[in-house]
Amino acid sequence: MPWNKYIELRCKHYGYCLDYHEEKRKKESREAHKCSKKAKKMISLKAKLYHKQGHAEKIQMKKTIKMHEKRNTNKQKQKKNAEKIPQGAVPACLLDREGQSQAKVLSNMIKQKRKEKAGKGEVPLPKVRAYGETEVLKVIRTGKRKKAAWKRLVTNVCFVGDGFTRIPPKYERFIRPMGLRFKKNPPALPPLLHPLHLSGFLSIFYSVLRYHIFLEAFSDVS
Amino acid sequence: EDPLPLAFFVHDAEIVSSLGKTLESQAVETEKVLDIIYQPQAVFRVRAVTRCTSSLDGHSEAVISVAFSPTGKYLASGSGDTTVRFWDLSTETPHFTCKGHRHWVLSISWSPDGKKLASGCKNGQILLWDPSTGKQVGRTLAGHSKWITGLSWEPLHANPECRYVASSSKDGSVRIWDTTAGRCERILTGHTQSVTCLRWGGDGLLYSASQDRTIKVWRAHDGVLCRTLQGHGHWVNTMALSTDYALRTGAFEPAEASVNAQDLQGSLQELKERALSRYNLVRGHGPERLVSGSDDFTLFLWSPAEDKKPLTRMTGHQALINQVLFSPDSRIVASASFDKSIKLWDGRTGKYLGSLRGHVAAVYQIAWSADSRLLVSGSSDSTLKVWDVKAQKLAMDLPGHADEVYAVDWSPDGQRVASGGKDKCLRIWRR
Repeated sequence: MPWNKYIELRCKHYGYCLDYHEEKRKKESREAHKCSKKAKKMISLKAKLYHKQGHAEKIQMKKTIKMHEKRNTNKQKQKKNAEKIPQGAVPACLLDREGQSQAKVLSNMIKQKRKEKAGKGEVPLPKVRAYGETEVLKVIRTGKRKKAAWKRLVTNVCFVGDGFTRIPPKYERFIRPMGLRFKKNPPALPPLLHPLHLSGFLSIFYSVLRYHIFLEAFSDVS
Repeated sequence: EDPLPLAFFVHDAEIVSSLGKTLESQAVETEKVLDIIYQPQAVFRVRAVTRCTSSLDGHSEAVISVAFSPTGKYLASGSGDTTVRFWDLSTETPHFTCKGHRHWVLSISWSPDGKKLASGCKNGQILLWDPSTGKQVGRTLAGHSKWITGLSWEPLHANPECRYVASSSKDGSVRIWDTTAGRCERILTGHTQSVTCLRWGGDGLLYSASQDRTIKVWRAHDGVLCRTLQGHGHWVNTMALSTDYALRTGAFEPAEASVNAQDLQGSLQELKERALSRYNLVRGHGPERLVSGSDDFTLFLWSPAEDKKPLTRMTGHQALINQVLFSPDSRIVASASFDKSIKLWDGRTGKYLGSLRGHVAAVYQIAWSADSRLLVSGSSDSTLKVWDVKAQKLAMDLPGHADEVYAVDWSPDGQRVASGGKDKCLRIWRR
């Protein structure tokens, strides 16, 4: 590329060639065909880099076109300026007051944990809590020497969808017994006062009340 | 004719069973003349509400304010979704949805004749609505720069056309608006911080309480500052006038309420006379009394028309006081506070009467029944409780709301209680 404008100066002094402008126009119009020919003929790494460049350019072009389409009209400006109504409406008496501070929340949590540990105010109601693997799954040993222990038997209720089909038993990692497969949650039963006296059948329904754990673990494909 | 129910008091102790038993507990000299004071009670009796008859969905954000019209015919609620909704009480279904505000509707106030509702929003705009059509009446009253904290109409006996409404705002000014002309009549400035509460008294005085720890008394017709009542140590949150209920209900007499609430009948002159007679009856001989509750955990009893010194200071609460209300017969003052209790005080002297405990979280709003025997309170623990004031005990516990209860109102004809809160649901409770 020339560093000074001597070419332009020369053209200014002596004028352009007679068909210069026409040739220029035609050459520019052939650019598209040339690019396309090049793109078709290129292969391997060279082609990859070339197409990557072209793709990036295309994306940029699309963005600018979209930007130009969304011109800032008056209505759009108004819409932008319209405040979004914040959530958490409170009456006027509570407006100037901040809610519970973070420190208060933490200290309350600590106090609650301490009370729970001390066993104060405990009621004989079943607690809802997270259950560990050992409580819900039972290890099944398979193989000739009963050495492989990758299968698990689910001891709690599972909720299966309508189109549930077992994975081929040989490859099944989680075995769900037929009796423990449910589609719907049975209606909530009143809290049982003497859980120790449950028959085997009722105990299944009791465990249904604690169904929410481990659903995520079983939603995968074993 | 039914005999007028009376309550008898000997030395401030009510005679419940017999005079002898009451005197046993008091040291009385047998040679002195004993004064037995009698107080007439309301002729009609309001029954405690016991059940939730309907839970009305419709608002898409928390319900912030709930108000029955003075006759109990209409119910309006303002919410955080910027709409004001009117509810049809005979079928307990939604009636109208009024859109027009652009931010939370913080306060609503019925005109004393029940024909207009004024609602103020967080942007500082006031709109007027017609309850029978649900359409906006007149122009949007804009002028405040910050949110509206309170609205108060001119009493019916002063002007039966219900033309003027006063509004207080966080920007520290009080504006008096002419609703027929749709413009601001007067601006009362003087407070240095947000005006939290506003009351238009029956004597032509306007009372405004503010976060700058003062209460200012203005003359309503020319806007001159009469008095500044100082004494509180922190923000003044709330105020109540002894004649509040009479000013709110205007010419409607709760004793004459029928099952089907009706609009007020009569010419303007008749309404004015009826309102004036009711007002004079509640007011009694002295001037109006004012009770103010503040963040400094105390209440003050003032006689603002006479003196700028308080009559009494009522202490006892352990957290800030959210609302004070005089009973409709102005004999008892109830104060709801964030310390989970409601305290009752004598309306004349400010003497402590008792505490109503039962809530497990802050009590946000209270409402009296029209016969002054029952009190309903809505709290942050999502329950409402109906209290028997005479026995100072819990009459009914009304659970049902899923989240905090922000607003409670008892209809002036005593039939219904409406409550709304954070769970976006408006509940109507009946006997």
